[in-house]
Amino acid sequence: MEKFTTIRSVAAPMPTINVDTDMIIPQQHLKTIKRTGLGKFAFSNLRYHADGSENEDFVLNKEPYRTAQILIAGDNFGCGSSREHAPWALTDFGLRVIIAPSFADIFFGNCFKNGLLPITLPQETVDKLMDDAGRGANAIMTVDLEKQEITGPDGGVVSFSIDPFRRHCLLNGLDDIGLTLEKADKISKFEETQKATQPWL
Amino acid sequence: MSDTASPRTLYDKIWDSHVVDQQDDGNCLIYIDRHIIHEVTSPQAFEGLRMTGRKLRRPSAMIAVPDHNVPTTSDRATRVDDPQSQIQLETLEANCKEFGVDYIPMLDARQGIVHIVGPEQGFTLPGTTIVCGDSHTSTHGAFGALAFGIGTSEVEHVMATQTLILRRSKNMRVDVSGELGFGVTAKDIALAIIGAIGTAGGTGHVIEYTGSAIRGLSMEGRMTLCNMAIEAGARAGMVAADEKTFAYLQGRPKAPKGNTYEQAVAHWKTLQTDEGAHFDKEVFLKAEDIAPQVTWGTSPQDVLAVTDVVPNPEDMDDGNRKAATERALKYMGLEAGTPLVEIPIQKVFIGSCTNARIEDIREAAVIAKGRQVADGVEALVVPGSGLVKAQAEEEGLDKILTAAGFDWREPGCSMCLAMNADKLQPQERCASTSNRNFEGRQGPGGRTHLMSPAMAAAAAVTGYITDVRPMMKEQG
Repeated sequence: MEKFTTIRSVAAPMPTINVDTDMIIPQQHLKTIKRTGLGKFAFSNLRYHADGSENEDFVLNKEPYRTAQILIAGDNFGCGSSREHAPWALTDFGLRVIIAPSFADIFFGNCFKNGLLPITLPQETVDKLMDDAGRGANAIMTVDLEKQEITGPDGGVVSFSIDPFRRHCLLNGLDDIGLTLEKADKISKFEETQKATQPWL
Repeated sequence: MSDTASPRTLYDKIWDSHVVDQQDDGNCLIYIDRHIIHEVTSPQAFEGLRMTGRKLRRPSAMIAVPDHNVPTTSDRATRVDDPQSQIQLETLEANCKEFGVDYIPMLDARQGIVHIVGPEQGFTLPGTTIVCGDSHTSTHGAFGALAFGIGTSEVEHVMATQTLILRRSKNMRVDVSGELGFGVTAKDIALAIIGAIGTAGGTGHVIEYTGSAIRGLSMEGRMTLCNMAIEAGARAGMVAADEKTFAYLQGRPKAPKGNTYEQAVAHWKTLQTDEGAHFDKEVFLKAEDIAPQVTWGTSPQDVLAVTDVVPNPEDMDDGNRKAATERALKYMGLEAGTPLVEIPIQKVFIGSCTNARIEDIREAAVIAKGRQVADGVEALVVPGSGLVKAQAEEEGLDKILTAAGFDWREPGCSMCLAMNADKLQPQERCASTSNRNFEGRQGPGGRTHLMSPAMAAAAAVTGYITDVRPMMKEQG
């Protein structure tokens, strides 16, 4: 996985609450056997009209948000289906950070496996960042995972907190399967004990 | 690990008994007993194993079954029209062969939706940890298991290590006491709970469902209930195992047999929440207060009793909620104040991992019997597995349904998520027994109203969203 460094980018505002993973990547684009190339389908039902033309009202179709790496989002972002195609599509589109008052559990976990940083902040803080993101070309924010700080367009700093293990993995681009395999002995020991006490498993 | 002397919840007990290793930062390595895979979320995980030269740690802990994009038409033995679906189906089969996973092919009598097949085969057992790359894995919690959906990277992690790195969730209890009213089902309980706590109400928690109304549910009903725990935002939902659970499992192909079964039951009986165990959040509902439920919007929390009217965004104080409601009404093509029973429907879908078990088909057949699907309505019944289909046919339910004008199909996920040919056209309105009414869920532009199988069957015969209760009384 690519190491997560400091991201400096325009931030796009998407205040809609309960954005579900069907909305992030609709089912018609799940028929792939690859992880790559889904960026063009991110938010496709919102981004494009039925004839395939762009919906100019959709935030990520507007300048300067087309190249946003940061998304300021509404409450309960990523609810619904467990499809990891959602973070695959968002990262392939170019997003690296999503900031919201809350995330659905499965989506939240999936983000970390793909170098996408989900940041949970109180509603009023997100509201302020949402306003900042509305400033178009001036909506430049910096997200520093090492320091766990977001610097807004006016220089104001907001702190956030990420689980230390997940932060460590993101900063170093670590493959957690490799880390777990180092504990293979403990797994084997667990299996032996379980086999003895619950032979039906 | 927590102090095992203090009272623990069912979730605590299953968690504690699966900790392989605990890091200082609170992350735990949790052993996974059972892993179910399907064609949509597994190919990239197998590819990851190949690229890193890793193997499956325990293939015998896995089963695979195609469900998401299999056709449900009778000609599926000879053709899968969509070449991309065909590739996913072939990829699953090839991967299972290469890695040695027990694979149930599309044309096998046992094939069906992963969350219906697992319990049917006795693969789902109390006290186990069960995962699948599908959010509705929560269904298996009906057996007193800790079951939850995972992403594809985690699928790969489980394949390679038989574990997951997790943090302990919080405990939440949802208690439903009393007796359900006439015509009110497990689906209505599930929807009423989501209406009460919202789609983020369970975020960060595992829900244990307790109370006399939950105990009163059959295993099928408990599966319907736990299935939609994810729609309440919970990591998992569970119901402690009891005599109904044990009776359901006895004799299933992959369930323990003979002395081992007795030994297992003795263990399963200990898997109850202790008196005085702490819940971080508790919600209490009365079964008598629950009427048949229908969703009107584009989130499962947009739900009301069928006797209600479409809500007015102007009545909402919260700005975000108001904006979401305005958006939902526009998408759904509904006017505030319209009685739900005056909303006409064009399609009916009875199926999905929520409601495609034998009881659900029976429930629909009771309403269909002697009636006709309304003009201009297309109604689909998609059994959850080949075994459900066979049992329904043995009971003559298929005859009742087809005589009434319902289309009787082959098993699969079908129109719940419209990955196969079964989908809504833009603006088409559907009475559906599935679990999600998200924008575009049943096809781009399609409009979904979630409800129970009896309610969906009632909508099919009247052409409108309908309170099924008077029809059931008529039926006697």
